[in-house]
Amino acid sequence: MSFFRRHEAAILGGASALAVVAVWEAAWRAGWISPLFFSGPSAIAARFREDVVEGTLLADMAYSGRNFALGFGLATVTGVVLGILLGWYRRLRLLVDPFVNALYATPRIAMVPLIILWFGIGIWSKVFVVFLSAFFPILVNTIAGVKALDADLLRAARAFCASDRQIFTTVAIPGSVPFILTGVRQGVAHGLIGVVVGEMFAGSQGIGFMIAYGGQTFATDTLFVGVAIVAFAGILLTWMAERLQQRFSRWRPSR
Amino acid sequence: MPKLTIDRVSKRYRLEREARDVLAFSEVSLSVQEGEFVAIVGPSGCGKTSLLNVVAGLLPFEEGSVTIDGRAVAGPGVDRAVVFQHPSLLPWRTVSGNVRYGMEMQQRFDRETMRGRAEQFVKLVGLDGFQRQYPSELSGGMQQRVNLARALACDPSVLLMDEPFAALDAQTRELMQAELLNIWAESRKTVLFITHQINEALYLADRVIVFGARPGRVKAILEVPFERPRPLSLKRDPRFLALEDPVWRLLEGEPRT
Repeated sequence: MSFFRRHEAAILGGASALAVVAVWEAAWRAGWISPLFFSGPSAIAARFREDVVEGTLLADMAYSGRNFALGFGLATVTGVVLGILLGWYRRLRLLVDPFVNALYATPRIAMVPLIILWFGIGIWSKVFVVFLSAFFPILVNTIAGVKALDADLLRAARAFCASDRQIFTTVAIPGSVPFILTGVRQGVAHGLIGVVVGEMFAGSQGIGFMIAYGGQTFATDTLFVGVAIVAFAGILLTWMAERLQQRFSRWRPSR
Repeated sequence: MPKLTIDRVSKRYRLEREARDVLAFSEVSLSVQEGEFVAIVGPSGCGKTSLLNVVAGLLPFEEGSVTIDGRAVAGPGVDRAVVFQHPSLLPWRTVSGNVRYGMEMQQRFDRETMRGRAEQFVKLVGLDGFQRQYPSELSGGMQQRVNLARALACDPSVLLMDEPFAALDAQTRELMQAELLNIWAESRKTVLFITHQINEALYLADRVIVFGARPGRVKAILEVPFERPRPLSLKRDPRFLALEDPVWRLLEGEPRT
């Protein structure tokens, strides 16, 4: 295969991204864009450098990153464990189904003021917003994965005298991994929304706060830096989740 | 004492929607001697797979008793291993990993022994060189070989086979039958083999039990007189065909589903 064919996605994707940035920058320099409502690539980059060197950008990123990591980590652990239990034990699932459905359907943003009331304006309200955002996609997908387990495999395990614990570790968990990872991917996206929204409502630092503050003070460059960081984090985390998904599906038939 | 004894066993299913019970099979009695290869042949829906699941300990039953070496069967046990109709292989495990799986669950061997036995039985079923492949990379016939190796590796005292070749194409099926006999000749396991194919039952077994349907029941028991080893050409032998004929007639009048 030729070099182009092998790297088709990277070359075409990179070229189109570069072209858009170039046109954008040209329009910015030509003065066609109002700095009050929009910004240009060079201005955003300059603002970024300035915020890193003189401002608190690194501290803000660390703050938001930690909140995200804590909330998302908690959501993954509890979502997977509870998801497997609820997928396995039908009666347990029927008992909690109304709550899961109601909370899953409720936009998490609607609950943010309530969460701030409960957890205060410190980091735990932010962590909890991330947790709540990421938890449900992971939980719901894990439940679906356990429910979709191949009955033939469960029967084979039983026939070979597998204990419940053995069935869990050798059939239920590996069998639901593809679903769990789909949940993790969705959880990443929802968790990022959570971290930004949490800081916008009640915060004094973090990327979400920075975006809200930039908007209120017409610091459009700052606003764009914040959005770009969130976008980049989203791309990076989604890419990592996809890699993880590939790593765990080597056994799948290739197309 | 027979190895496996099934004594007047009946199995009922509850049809919830119609609020009534149906009999899968009724008052079935049969026994299998140590080292004997017994095949049960019957039309689909005659309860023969249910009977195998009862013996495997996967299906509870209400009446009668199933004993192996005089001990009553109350659930799955390490004295049995099942070769399923569907390969039922873990898709995320390699061939070797799947062959080890039954032994791992039964916990009868240490780690080293399991590895050695897995290798031995992978080779026995003719899959040397495929140890690291995943099931999705194998043909249906090869998947069934793994299914067979997984059961044999457990060293069961009774091997239960549930129409293992039913889903294979005709040539592969014939080949697998001949290979099964070769493998069996070395171990002389006690085998209970379920099939709907009359010539498969006659070719493989020492004794053939003809099942009738609705409810499933034993209609006839035939001794198969052919000496072993049996070449595949036996199936074209006039003596073989002469034996096939009465079984056809026994099954002809049976209801089908």
